[in-house]
Amino acid sequence: MDAYLLMGATFCLLLSSGYTLFQLGSGRLRPGRVNLAAMVGTFVCLSIDLWLRGQLLHSCPINSLFDVLVFMAWSTILIYFIVGSAYRLSLLGAFTSPLVLCILLVALLAPPQAPFAALGLRDPWIEFHAALSVIAYGAFALAGIAGFMYLLQDYQLKNRKGGVLLYNLPPITDLGIANTRLIWLGLGLLTISFVAGIVSGMQVNTLKFWTSATIWLAYALMVLLRQIHTLAPRRTATLSVAALAFILLTLPVIQHLSTSK
Amino acid sequence: MTILCAGINHRNAALEVREKFAVGNHELQEALTRLRDIDGLFGAVIVSTCNRVEFYASSVCPLRVMDGLRQFLSTRTGGLEAPFHTQDSLLSVRHLFRVASGLDSMVMGETEILGQLKQAYQAAVEHGATNTYLNKLFQHAFRVAKQVRTETGITRGSTSVGSVAVDLAGKIFGDLSARKVMILGAGDTSERVARSMVSRGVRTVIVANRTFDRAAALADQIGGLAVHFDHWHTAFDDVDILICSTSAPHPIVTKEKLESILRTHRERPLFIIDLAVPRDVDPTVNELDNVYLYDIDSLENIARQSIGIRQAELARCESLIERHAGDFIKWMRTHPSMPR
Repeated sequence: MDAYLLMGATFCLLLSSGYTLFQLGSGRLRPGRVNLAAMVGTFVCLSIDLWLRGQLLHSCPINSLFDVLVFMAWSTILIYFIVGSAYRLSLLGAFTSPLVLCILLVALLAPPQAPFAALGLRDPWIEFHAALSVIAYGAFALAGIAGFMYLLQDYQLKNRKGGVLLYNLPPITDLGIANTRLIWLGLGLLTISFVAGIVSGMQVNTLKFWTSATIWLAYALMVLLRQIHTLAPRRTATLSVAALAFILLTLPVIQHLSTSK
Repeated sequence: MTILCAGINHRNAALEVREKFAVGNHELQEALTRLRDIDGLFGAVIVSTCNRVEFYASSVCPLRVMDGLRQFLSTRTGGLEAPFHTQDSLLSVRHLFRVASGLDSMVMGETEILGQLKQAYQAAVEHGATNTYLNKLFQHAFRVAKQVRTETGITRGSTSVGSVAVDLAGKIFGDLSARKVMILGAGDTSERVARSMVSRGVRTVIVANRTFDRAAALADQIGGLAVHFDHWHTAFDDVDILICSTSAPHPIVTKEKLESILRTHRERPLFIIDLAVPRDVDPTVNELDNVYLYDIDSLENIARQSIGIRQAELARCESLIERHAGDFIKWMRTHPSMPR
């Protein structure tokens, strides 16, 4: 059942991304309901999938790389729904769906999961820590997308390119604000998750600890320097895209270290 | 029943001719009453704008109505000959749909004409000059115009330097109401661009000109503040949009000068519109973070691109209009006799 749900979610995003590419190619890209409908469809499929696997495992389903990627895709869409409606950033959905699609495709290619076996009740602090970390990564993913959109709009404006993207991307000032606020949101969530991890007294692999600490420190520095006007919005956007790439690249390593611990 | 359209527009008549035929608001009632007196005419709407004077009528004897219309115009204009176009049902319906959608306008895709059509129709309704066919026709035209606007890119982009500048400001700052504009050199073009900015919500405008009186006069007209030209950089702290159009022979805004001014700018973007020839702003200024420099050529390029986008959408618009015109004619055939 969950395989069908995951395929359904991927199919929704494939349609949405294909539609966006077609519109971009025909010069008619504009904020539309197709992306929103695809995101709602994907979110529903992923929510049911996570709930079903949670019921089978009697715990939050984030035990393998596959689980983490599916949960991260779900978190990214969740944050998109919250932020998208608050900031009304047009085309955010069009840019979010390809990233979520890539995460789901990697999840489908991830090493097969072990057969479902109930893990029994885990320390709720560890569950909370793990779930919140992945949701924080969802916020960082959205920050990276807003940063990418900022850089794209900056490029269009600097190079005096008119046309479809310039007119449909949100104002660059709004993108800069959204980028910084999303980093704050992710950082807040990640900090709470780290506190939960410390409270649980869990044992952490040294490499995993330092990778996670590096991510936290990088984002903390970004918002701190942004706050004191030392880091320009363009550099913040660039760094948030680079940090997202770092997270996506190190996620399999961290997950491997977590499971082999 | 036949729908008739007769009139002149910017394509077939010069302004001197169009103004002779124009029907002002004060004479609309009388004109509609005289039209209603034409034998065989059941309803009429007069559309009179700066680019067109057109009469839409419904009748069962179109030839007689056309003669009556010519007589009416002849008495109004003292026998002046004009290249009047006259069209029968399908052509008239298609023409109205094209006009409402902005396809027949001087600037393709402009939306002001729709408001003018609505006013013309409303005036005819208030004077009891319309009938079922014209009511249905105009309501259908408004729906078609809305559909064309939402489903195609015919209104996409801006087609004049002023509106491109305002659109770009919107793409940089979003809401313009809290933004501050500085004009360096109070020329006609910079004044037009500044007025466009004010119409989009900008509240603070600072004007600096070599002749202070000219700066003061412009500042007074647009509700701004005049400063002496030599002190422009001292008033620059919170400026978000700089419009330059001085006649200086060399750049007055250089990268070095701007870098030192921008230290207090706190990373807010700065949009510079350089309308001067020779240019007032050193092009290397665009290399600065958060500074977006547009000269007259780049603004005109974007305007041209927008016109290109609109022209590329024309075929889609025409196909939508063709479908709707066909639907309307089909409806007319199924309702052959409803004079009122």
